[in-house]
Amino acid sequence: MRIVVTILAVAALASVPLWLRDPYLLNALITTGIFVIGAMSLNLLLGFTGQLSLGHIAFFGIGAYVSALTSLGFDVGLPGGFRLVHAPWPPIMGFVLAILVAGLCGYFVGLLSFRVRGAYFVIVTISFAEVVRLVALNWVELTQGPLALTNIPSVALPLPGLSELTLRTKMQNYYLVLVVALIAYLLIARLVHSHFGRAMRGLMENETLAVSVGIDVTKTLTIAAVISAAIAGAAGSLYAHYIRIIDPEVFAFINTVTMVIMVISGGKGSLAGPVVGGMIFGLLPVALRPVMAPEAQWIAYGGVLMAILFVLPRGIVPSLAQRFGRRGSRTPVLAPVALTETGAKELA
Amino acid sequence: MSEFLQHLVNMLVLGGTYALLGIGLTLIFGIMNVVNFTHGVLYTFGAYVMFIVVQQLGLNFFLALPVAVLAGWLLGAAIELTLLRPLRGSDIDTTMLVMIGAWIAMQSGALWIWGGVAKSVATPFPEAPLVLGPVSVSWLRLFVLAAAALLIVVTYLLINKTSLGRAMRATFQDHDTASLMGVNVDMIYTSTFAIGSSLAAAAGALLGPVYVIFPQMGDLAAVKAFAIVILGGLGNISGAVIGGFILALAEELGAGYVSSGYRDAMGFLIIIAVLIFRPTGLFARAERVG
Repeated sequence: MRIVVTILAVAALASVPLWLRDPYLLNALITTGIFVIGAMSLNLLLGFTGQLSLGHIAFFGIGAYVSALTSLGFDVGLPGGFRLVHAPWPPIMGFVLAILVAGLCGYFVGLLSFRVRGAYFVIVTISFAEVVRLVALNWVELTQGPLALTNIPSVALPLPGLSELTLRTKMQNYYLVLVVALIAYLLIARLVHSHFGRAMRGLMENETLAVSVGIDVTKTLTIAAVISAAIAGAAGSLYAHYIRIIDPEVFAFINTVTMVIMVISGGKGSLAGPVVGGMIFGLLPVALRPVMAPEAQWIAYGGVLMAILFVLPRGIVPSLAQRFGRRGSRTPVLAPVALTETGAKELA
Repeated sequence: MSEFLQHLVNMLVLGGTYALLGIGLTLIFGIMNVVNFTHGVLYTFGAYVMFIVVQQLGLNFFLALPVAVLAGWLLGAAIELTLLRPLRGSDIDTTMLVMIGAWIAMQSGALWIWGGVAKSVATPFPEAPLVLGPVSVSWLRLFVLAAAALLIVVTYLLINKTSLGRAMRATFQDHDTASLMGVNVDMIYTSTFAIGSSLAAAAGALLGPVYVIFPQMGDLAAVKAFAIVILGGLGNISGAVIGGFILALAEELGAGYVSSGYRDAMGFLIIIAVLIFRPTGLFARAERVG
C-alpha cells in the first residue's frame, strides 16, 4: 500500500513537465521543490531531534553564495594587504563546495549552540542567520552587497563520453531538483531508521534517559546539524544556479519561517510531512495570487500558520495516517526503509 | 575624545528606549515563558499610533504617548486572550510558532493599511540641538530619554510596590504555588502580556518620531529586545535596564569605530557571546528556564 503510494507520487511528479506547459507554474514548482529540500533538512533537526532552528535559511543562503562565488570567481582584499583571487570553476564544483561549506558551518553552529536548549537555542540560531545576512550585505567586495551577484551560470552536468549538458530549460531544472530531492529524501529516510536515527529520537523523547543509556547528546545533535545544514546548502546551490541572481534578501527571516511552516503543517517527524506541507505552502501563493493582494496573502499565510497549530497541531500527514492507517504507532508515517529503497530502485 | 562623549550621549538616549523594550519582553518571557515574537509588532504599532494621533488626527504630540501606551496595552491583552490563553499548557515551540504567525499577519496588516512608504512625525521641539560643550543633543531625544526614564521608574514601582506586582513576581517564581495562594494566574498572565506590550508600544512611540515609521521597523527591535533580555537575565528588570544601555553602547561604538553597516549586528553578536559564555545572563541569580 505504502510503496504503491510512494511510486505513484514520484511518477506523478516526474510526469509533470510532460503535460504542464505553463512556464509560470513550472517555475513555481521548481522553487517549491527547492524549498521542500530545505524543509526536509529542517525536519531532520526539528522533527527528529526536537531542536527548532530558526536560522536554517543561513545554511541555504551560505550554500547559494558559496556556489555562486565558486562559479563566478572573486578577487577580494584581506587584512594585511593580501588578496584572495579565485578563478571561476564549473557550477558542479560550486554544488559540491556548497554542501561542504554549509555542513562545516552546521558543525560550528551545532558545537556552539547546543550548549543551550529550548528558546535560547532558537534565539542563537536566529542571531547566527542575521549576522550572516549582515556580512553578506556589508562585505560588498565579495558579495556585491545589495547589488546582488548576477549572471550566475546554470548547472552543467559533465556526461561521460559526451560534452557537457547545460541545464537551461525549466524542464531540465525541474528534473534536477526532483532528483536531488529524491536523494535527500532517501538519505534522510535511511538515517532516521538507522541506529543513529533511534539515538536522535530517543534524545528528543527523553534526553536524560538517552544520556543514561550512553547516547552522546552533543555528538548526536552536532552530526544531525551537519547533515541538515549540508542538505540545506545543496538546496541553496540549486536555488542560486536556477534563479541566477542572489542578494542578501535570501537570508530573510521570512524564508526560514516558510520552511518551518512547511514542516509544521505537513507534520514534523514525518518523512513525507515536509513534502506535503511544502507543496501546499509553496503553491499557495500561486493559488492566492489572482484573488488577493500580496500583503493580504501574507496575512493569510500568518493566519493559516496559527490555524494549523490550533486545529492540526501534529500536522497533516500524521493526522491522516492516524485516521486511515495503523493505530497507536509512535511514528505512524515513517515509511519502512526497505520499501522506500525498492521504490527508488524501480524508478531508476 | 569629544567624539566618544557624543557616543555616550547617544547611548543614553537609545539605551532608555531599549530598556523599555527589554523590560516588556523580560516580563513576558520570564513570567509566562512565551517567546514573544509579537513584541516587535507592538513596537511598530506604538509608532503608528503616534503617527495617527499626531499627523492624521492633528492632536497634541504629548497626548499621543499615553494613547500609544493604552493602545499597546489593549492590543497586548487581546493577543493574550485570543491566542495564548487557549494554548496554555502547550509546549513552548507551539506558542512560539503561533506568535510568529501573529507577527507575520499583523506586520502584513500594517503594510496593507499604511503601505511601505516610511512616515515621519512632526514634533513640537526646536530644530536646533542643545549644545553642551563638545556634545550636542536634540531636544526631542532629551524628551525621549526623560519619558523612557519615567516609564522605567513607574514599571519598577508597579512590579515592586503594588500587590499586582507581588502577584506577578510570585507567579514568576512558581505559578502552581502562586495559584494555591489565591493568585489569579490567568489574570496575571493577561496583565503581564498587556503591560509588556504597552512598554513595547511606548518604545515605538518614542523612537518613531526620532527615526521614521515603516511596517518592518519592529523586526530589529524584537531581536534587540531578545538580546537585552538574554544579557540581563530572564525576568530581571534591573538586568534589562542595564542590558538596554550595554546594547546601546555596543551599537554606538560598533557604528562609530567599526562600520555603521554592522551597527545592527551588535545585538546578535551579544546574544551569541552571552549564551555561549554566560548563558544565565550577566546578572542572573535565578536559574535559567528552558
